[in-house]
Amino acid sequence: MTGVDEVIARVHREEWARVVATLARRLGDLDVAEEMAAEAFATAVERWPVEGVPPNPGAWLTTTAYRKAVDRLRREVRREEKHREALMLSDTPEPLGAVDDDRLRLVFTCCHPALAMEARIALTLRMVGGLTVPEIARAFLVQETAMGQRITRAKAKIKAARIPYGVPFREDLPARVTGVLTVLYLIFNEGYLASDPAREPVRGDLTAEAIRLTRLVRALLPADGEVAGLLALMLLTEARRAARVSAGGELVALGEQDRGAWDRELIAEGHALVRARLASGQAPGRYQVLAAINAVHTDARDVRDTDWSQVVALYDQLVRLDPSPIVRLNRAIAVAEIDGPQVALAEVDGLPLEGYHAFHATRADLLRRLGRSAESRAAYDRAIALAANTAETAYLVRRRDQLAGP
Amino acid sequence: MAQYLMSVLNESAVATDEEQAAIDVFNEQLQADGHWVFAVGLASPGTATVVDGRDGEPVFTDGPYLESKEHIIGFWIIEAPHLDVALRLAAAGSKSCNRRVELRPILGE
Repeated sequence: MTGVDEVIARVHREEWARVVATLARRLGDLDVAEEMAAEAFATAVERWPVEGVPPNPGAWLTTTAYRKAVDRLRREVRREEKHREALMLSDTPEPLGAVDDDRLRLVFTCCHPALAMEARIALTLRMVGGLTVPEIARAFLVQETAMGQRITRAKAKIKAARIPYGVPFREDLPARVTGVLTVLYLIFNEGYLASDPAREPVRGDLTAEAIRLTRLVRALLPADGEVAGLLALMLLTEARRAARVSAGGELVALGEQDRGAWDRELIAEGHALVRARLASGQAPGRYQVLAAINAVHTDARDVRDTDWSQVVALYDQLVRLDPSPIVRLNRAIAVAEIDGPQVALAEVDGLPLEGYHAFHATRADLLRRLGRSAESRAAYDRAIALAANTAETAYLVRRRDQLAGP
Repeated sequence: MAQYLMSVLNESAVATDEEQAAIDVFNEQLQADGHWVFAVGLASPGTATVVDGRDGEPVFTDGPYLESKEHIIGFWIIEAPHLDVALRLAAAGSKSCNRRVELRPILGE
């Protein structure tokens, strides 16, 4: 990559959402905003290597995209012989003002609850993340045309149903922020534990994108504890990424990871966020509690130093916020470290998670520790049949094959 | 301002007196707040006639176009600046008539 290419790639990363967001507000049309932003970047790719990078690349791109939009609208207006609309658009863009609010509007629009979850994820990656349609299609292993249609349909609904380009009503805000965080966490998790067996098990591109988007949302909503909690959770999870899959492509359990390979910088940042939330004295939401659990794990230099009673206490707190069977399953894993596998197994058995591979993997491990090899083997078989991630399957197969006896 | 069709989905039975009273309160609020355009209840689907007048003599068929367990028993047409307002009205409308509603934008110019 040449110097200018690198600058363009960086500016794309940093400025795409701002350019789309500003245009969307001023044009009142997300579709045109996206198209003109893409054209402005294409123009930059042509001209910056020759003319040099402008002193304020973001403003240059916004202005270029806006002029293209005005030109296009004028042409359309002339065609339709309607002059009124064109007169309302001026050539000179307003000074860059409430741009951050524009990006926040963009995030809320893309994550609107009237859109299907799949559409929210795709739109957020396209409009806010600046990923291309082929990139998003590849990320979710969907045909490019199908992904294109998904995004087009979502944009058509936004327009026809008048999904507002704005920040939600105050009363709706907590639920809407939760909705945004759900989208970001789904993107992260798809990267962290790719659900498709045809893919590499951990997708650094998606986790990095999810973290980048969450950082942006955090910059836009700095006072929201759950946004901070989700960012901390992602950072503390991402910090362990290098240690999580072995050279042989096998998932490495938390207790067996090479903790020297963990990213100390990400851990330090995640811990600082968790500490700041604790210091706030406000009751934490589920992402903050999950982040705190991950902070306890990443605090231990050796798995034997893990403060399991703290982990269980945090899971108790989480169960109160979210009494779902999956949370109780994870709590039981921590309980096993304090009260032993027998107690944990009693808590796991009976959870309505028959179709969930981690339920069977957890039972298999507890049964193994209790020396009940035959039952453990059967549970591993169930887990392997249900697991979709290649690294996880490899790990489960090895554990099963290491079981003693018939 | 945009307009939305808010259809009331139902599996059986017409509104009870309590539901009708709640609907009246909701309607008055819609009118007071300037969201009201139109609202009606519909007779049961069994009373419908499908008419095809596209070709010569019109053809009449007894019964509804779609046979389904769920059908529309009434609708509102409301006016709102954007979907977030319409969604709130739909939530309040759904609560008042004690049924689910489908919100659909009416095509503008």
